Amino acid sequence: MDGLPTHRRLPDLVVLPGTREELIAVVRLLAAHDVPFVPRGAGTGLSGGALADEGSVLIVLTRLNRILKMDAGNRAAIVEPGVVNAKLSAAAQPHGLQYAPDPSSQSACTIGGNVAENAGGPHCLKYGVTANHVLALELLLADGTMVESGSPGGEPWGPDLVGLFVGSEGNFGIATKITVRLTPLPRAVRTMLADFNGLRTAGEAVSAIIAAGIVPAALEMMDQSCIAAVEDSVYAAGYPRDAAAVLLVELDGRNEAGVIAETEAVAELLRKSGARSVRIAASEAERERLWQGRKKAFGAMGRLSRDLVVQDAVVPRSALPQVLETICTIAKRYDLVVSNVFHAGDGNLHPNISFDATDPALKQRVEAASAEIMSTCIAAGGTITGEHGVGIDKLRYMPLIFDPESLGAMQAVRRVFDPKERVNPGKVVPVHACREWTSIRSAKFGMRNDDRQFNSAFPISHSTLEPVP
Amino acid sequence: MTILEKVTALLGEGAVLEPSTDRVPRIAPGSPDAVALLLGTAHQEGWRVRIEGAGTWLQSDAPADLALTTRRLDRIPAVEPADLTATAEAGIGLDQLRQQLADRGAWLSIDPPGLAGRTLGSIVATATAGPLRHGFGPIKDHLLGVTFVTGDGRMVQSGGRVMKNVAGYDLTRLQAGGFGAFGVIVLVHLRLRTLPRADVTYLLEGAREDLTQVGEDIAAAGLTPAALELVSPALARRERWVLGVRLAGSPALVAADEAGLRAASGGARFMPLRAEEAHAFWMRLAEGFAVRPVTFRIGGVPSASDELLDLLQHQLGDEWISASPAAGAIRWTGDATIDRLQRLRRTLAGLEVPLTLERAPWPLRGAVGHFGAYREGVGPLVAGLRRTFDPGSALVVATEGS
Repeated sequence: MDGLPTHRRLPDLVVLPGTREELIAVVRLLAAHDVPFVPRGAGTGLSGGALADEGSVLIVLTRLNRILKMDAGNRAAIVEPGVVNAKLSAAAQPHGLQYAPDPSSQSACTIGGNVAENAGGPHCLKYGVTANHVLALELLLADGTMVESGSPGGEPWGPDLVGLFVGSEGNFGIATKITVRLTPLPRAVRTMLADFNGLRTAGEAVSAIIAAGIVPAALEMMDQSCIAAVEDSVYAAGYPRDAAAVLLVELDGRNEAGVIAETEAVAELLRKSGARSVRIAASEAERERLWQGRKKAFGAMGRLSRDLVVQDAVVPRSALPQVLETICTIAKRYDLVVSNVFHAGDGNLHPNISFDATDPALKQRVEAASAEIMSTCIAAGGTITGEHGVGIDKLRYMPLIFDPESLGAMQAVRRVFDPKERVNPGKVVPVHACREWTSIRSAKFGMRNDDRQFNSAFPISHSTLEPVP
Repeated sequence: MTILEKVTALLGEGAVLEPSTDRVPRIAPGSPDAVALLLGTAHQEGWRVRIEGAGTWLQSDAPADLALTTRRLDRIPAVEPADLTATAEAGIGLDQLRQQLADRGAWLSIDPPGLAGRTLGSIVATATAGPLRHGFGPIKDHLLGVTFVTGDGRMVQSGGRVMKNVAGYDLTRLQAGGFGAFGVIVLVHLRLRTLPRADVTYLLEGAREDLTQVGEDIAAAGLTPAALELVSPALARRERWVLGVRLAGSPALVAADEAGLRAASGGARFMPLRAEEAHAFWMRLAEGFAVRPVTFRIGGVPSASDELLDLLQHQLGDEWISASPAAGAIRWTGDATIDRLQRLRRTLAGLEVPLTLERAPWPLRGAVGHFGAYREGVGPLVAGLRRTFDPGSALVVATEGS
């Protein structure tokens, strides 16, 4: 399994190559024998994306963990895929730089896995996700072919194959060498905690900050259930237990005066939006404690019960208050504990359901509630995953947001990279829902078939588009 | 039936515009579905189609049986200031879009080269970022999703309308900078920012090497300009090279950066521009790249910027150049021959610097190609993607040149 305990698979064989050359040799051997394989980093993913079935070989890349080049002058680094995210930032720190994408699992997850999943993290609100930080990739395709995509400056050699590869969840091949952009470390940081009596009020405060044109480095929300889980754990951060929600807001920049001015503006907005109190971390130790609670929230929730469903939907930010209320209603109706900890600034929700999967009736309720939560997010104009990926966990939701033609297009692109679909088979694209891409076109005069379904992720019907009045 | 008669029967007379100067029938579908219908038919009939926007950027001269212009796809179905997102059709002019967004307090923080009415689809398809790339990134960073129509008339959705989205493969990034080789973009979902409450521009004139040093000092001082652009004298219409610094954002941040700029410039005399002067400066810069016959961009590492500027000066002359040294991006415009461009691309490839030909007359564009000097393994993938999205080669795009 990976970081999501709800899916378990057993591969036929696990290989841990120690060098790039060994990795290439292994992939070429598998190609010669037509054997499917699954690339895997640290296994911290949350979608079952790096699980290998019987009949497949699991290639674990954690031994390819060298930082090949640190080019501080050009704010870039070249790394092998098994380099741990936090170790890259630690190596960049003496140069006044950081690797900005910071998934909660950054102390364990690898850059290769981050590339495969297009990983995000709390600070992606300001600094962008993995795709915004990858300049070039050396790729190893399923048939053993090597591809050099991107350039040290980030301009592609032709179409943006780097952009296409990032987030392809291992379906296009393995990134054997990754050139990333590094970001100057902020010189000034202010972290504050605001607590609220209601989820809706907290959601409205998020909208007020965004509408003011201020882009915090991070804007994270936790609800009462999550606060309780954190405060009951070794990661207790001093969050007020009686709050319905807390917002963790961080502002940073290279200019102290600018950050102080924006901090004051945000504190005022939070108070005006109904915050009971706004506490600004007075020391680095206090800041770290506030963040520890947030970063370890998943772990804290894992203690609540045997199993945990981790959702990863994204909704338009303005829909947050309504969607959060609906999620509460769904939880009550199914008599479940749903804890919300999420990237509020991006509208990236993580409703988590703690349960015991050995109870079949409970498991059924969890599945029904999960589907209903996802439908709610999609109906609000959202999507099914913001940073965890589709993997196998969200495969069933893909037809809810993409029509068969678009799913067929994805499958066709995958076949360009991997015609036999041997890398990480059975992930991302639900093959049964695809319109066949290679079939002979409709006999009707240039018409596409009329049975396509436009879906709620794109709720604007093309034929009813109206200009803004 | 002629092609024109068939198209008229298919889409109605309203879709048929005046033919272009080379007498190629010009068709303007009125909806994304009509684009799909037209391309599906073109695929079946074996017609060769060139893609056009407003006709202000890429020359309308590719040999084709018909020209498909997106200019009637000019609606803005959604602007969501609270979410900082918008959805616009590909044929909307950037000037119109900007105005509509500004009326709602929102800002699309791009300033691509070209005339003000250049279409959104053209900007996305060619990934032509301007000086604001320094502060806000390349064009692809402003996209949440696109809908496009393939060369055989299939409509494909990619991405979505929310700020983060990893559902499915990122076909949006394939389309951004694909020059239409993988389909015609019909609808774009955009990431916006709040209209900056403070927006000021400072200019500094001087020798190129001195200005480069000032630019490095500004970056080292921790300032975060929206744009930090080095402009050649001819393009800036000044005596000497010009460093343009644009600060945009909240009044507090801009005020802090203005103070930092004075401190970082070490006595250099930055000249503040009035709002209308600043607008004119940046517009002139953008429009300058649509005047000369050939425009291309190159992208190197920041530390190579000086060397690359020298190389361009040596091989082509440096009359019309603009560069974001910190982003490693340089744009050149002027007159150039096929031979010189091909030689330059080879030289640059040796330095690991791609050259992307943005616009040129067809004989040159067809020979040199928008792209070229592919690295190991790239060519077969691009060819495979081309076959996937345009199986009948209906779309006339000078992808790699002849």
